[in-house]
Amino acid sequence: MNAVLSFLKKPLVIALILIVALLYLGENLSPGFASADQILRLLIVASLLGIVAAGQNVVILGGREGIDLSVGGVVSLSAIIAGNVMNGADGGIVPAILACLAAGAFFGLLNGLGVTLLRIPPLVMTLGMLGVLQGLLVVIRNGIPSGRAAPGLSAFVTQPLALGIPGIIWLWIAIGLFMAFMLTRTVFGHRIYAIGSNEHAAYMAGVPVRRMRIGLFMISGMFAAIAGLCLLGYSGSSFANVGEQYMLSSIIAVVFGGTSLAGGKGGYTGTMAGALLLVILQGILTTVNIDESGRQMVFGATLLLLMLFYGRGKAMRA
Amino acid sequence: MTPTTIETPSARPGGLKLWLERYPFLPALIIVVALLALNGAFSPNSLSYRSLTGLLSTYMALIMLAIAQTYVVSAGDIDLSAGATLSLVNVAIVVLMEKWGGGAGAVIGAMICGILLGLACGVINGIVVAALRLQAIVATFATSIFFTGVALYVMPVAGTPAPALFWRTYGGRLLGLPFVFYVLAALALLLFLLSRTRLVTQLLAVGDDQQAAYQTGLPVVLVRIKGYALCGLFSALAAFCLTGDTASGDPLVGSKMTLYSVAAVVLGGSALAGGWTTVVGSLFGALTIGLVNSLVFFMGTPSEWQNFVQGLAILLVLMAGVLAGRRARA
Repeated sequence: MNAVLSFLKKPLVIALILIVALLYLGENLSPGFASADQILRLLIVASLLGIVAAGQNVVILGGREGIDLSVGGVVSLSAIIAGNVMNGADGGIVPAILACLAAGAFFGLLNGLGVTLLRIPPLVMTLGMLGVLQGLLVVIRNGIPSGRAAPGLSAFVTQPLALGIPGIIWLWIAIGLFMAFMLTRTVFGHRIYAIGSNEHAAYMAGVPVRRMRIGLFMISGMFAAIAGLCLLGYSGSSFANVGEQYMLSSIIAVVFGGTSLAGGKGGYTGTMAGALLLVILQGILTTVNIDESGRQMVFGATLLLLMLFYGRGKAMRA
Repeated sequence: MTPTTIETPSARPGGLKLWLERYPFLPALIIVVALLALNGAFSPNSLSYRSLTGLLSTYMALIMLAIAQTYVVSAGDIDLSAGATLSLVNVAIVVLMEKWGGGAGAVIGAMICGILLGLACGVINGIVVAALRLQAIVATFATSIFFTGVALYVMPVAGTPAPALFWRTYGGRLLGLPFVFYVLAALALLLFLLSRTRLVTQLLAVGDDQQAAYQTGLPVVLVRIKGYALCGLFSALAAFCLTGDTASGDPLVGSKMTLYSVAAVVLGGSALAGGWTTVVGSLFGALTIGLVNSLVFFMGTPSEWQNFVQGLAILLVLMAGVLAGRRARA
């Protein structure tokens, strides 16, 4: 009985149960919600969020109040860079990928340097970086048109690639496997947990804490950049602040996945389920026929309710 | 050893450090003075009585919101719903004042309701974060979505005007002085009275070491809820200033201000980790944001570059604020 209970208390299991329950609810509210086509579409949207959340996840796992508020800005910037580099031609996809990754890594590097060398709290550093990125977006958008996605990229994101499943979902699965392997099987992964649960102990054990932390922010920037590129493929062309929605929802996906904001505890599999859960919830709210105010109230209240299922803080004890 | 060696500077805190300890907002004040000087250098007109009054009445809302944020940060918490609370109070008072006829009684009645509404939002946040023990960043983000929903219910689209009595008073003069000066004086008095209450000390104690505060017998949960209530109260005051400035209701007006309020707290020299904050610093922090924006404008920056230069300047002062604050605490 205890084994069953502790199994049911695992964040991943909670998220999966809630996903099934929500799909069932959605199907009852509007028939066809849980059809294969619809689920594929939800998965595409979830994979965009999930890719951003992968970077957010490692930064949070690394501890010391690790958080990256600049991901939304990087997503928008990357979508614009990609649109201009490829500008509707398939030949431009590879250069676009390289340019986006470079931009993401660059801003991640700046975040990491601020957090480690100047010891600016991550929340403050990435908040300031978000302001810079938003300003940069205005500059870029004034000088050049927003650009278009290459047909190949759009097909990769929206059309079936293999077994009837679009390429972006395969990419997300690959990222999931990669993250699981990295976090559990590599030295780098173990070191993330080490610096996240006790930075000083990790330092004493010879972990290059600063370089690790800079690396985590660079990974976050690069994942956000990949998501921006895919987002361009999903929508065809980029528009202002297209990535803003990912700033806090990526953090919520991580929390729903059972990763503690205190760091050092959690993983990516749960985050994938968390991202899917969040997207399904939003999907249900857009299908039911209520106005925007009601939708927001229900969304906010449901988020609070769902958070109650996850790791609440410890009660104070003397 | 002769007694003179004890008197060496290293044996007692240095003069600068002592000053910083007593007046933690000093770095922020220096930044504000420097920005004022720069503004004056680029455009002497920007230092005129009229421009400064205008700057103050525009940024009074952000000043209030930054102070609101400071009280939760004191206890080591954060409130990402402060801007949504501001929006909600903004639309609620505009709708109530219109419904009640727009006279003096309607204005006062609506403001009382607005304060109660702000307090209610704060108490909800406090219960969610402190009593239900959810993580402050994500929980207050969820409540901000909820409050925004309520604001949209009260006023679905922006644009309902506030009664003339309200914004004419805020933007006008009283006994020859701009009304916003009286707001500032009242705020100073309020902050002074609050600083003498037990609650502010308790908030700082909780923020410094929650476990220790609990073990000395402080009702930690209640103190944190009161901190959020104080934040809701000041968010409502911020909404009054904003309504006086914009003269209309907008259900989404505050959403962009939340992160600025956090930035202003850090610019002022407070520690986001809690336990070491300065409300006066936050006031200067909010002014810094306003002055950076006006400086970028007066420097003649091309319009498309303004946001970028503002963002970069704020990032740089944020870093300076963190470094100066740490030096003061060290």
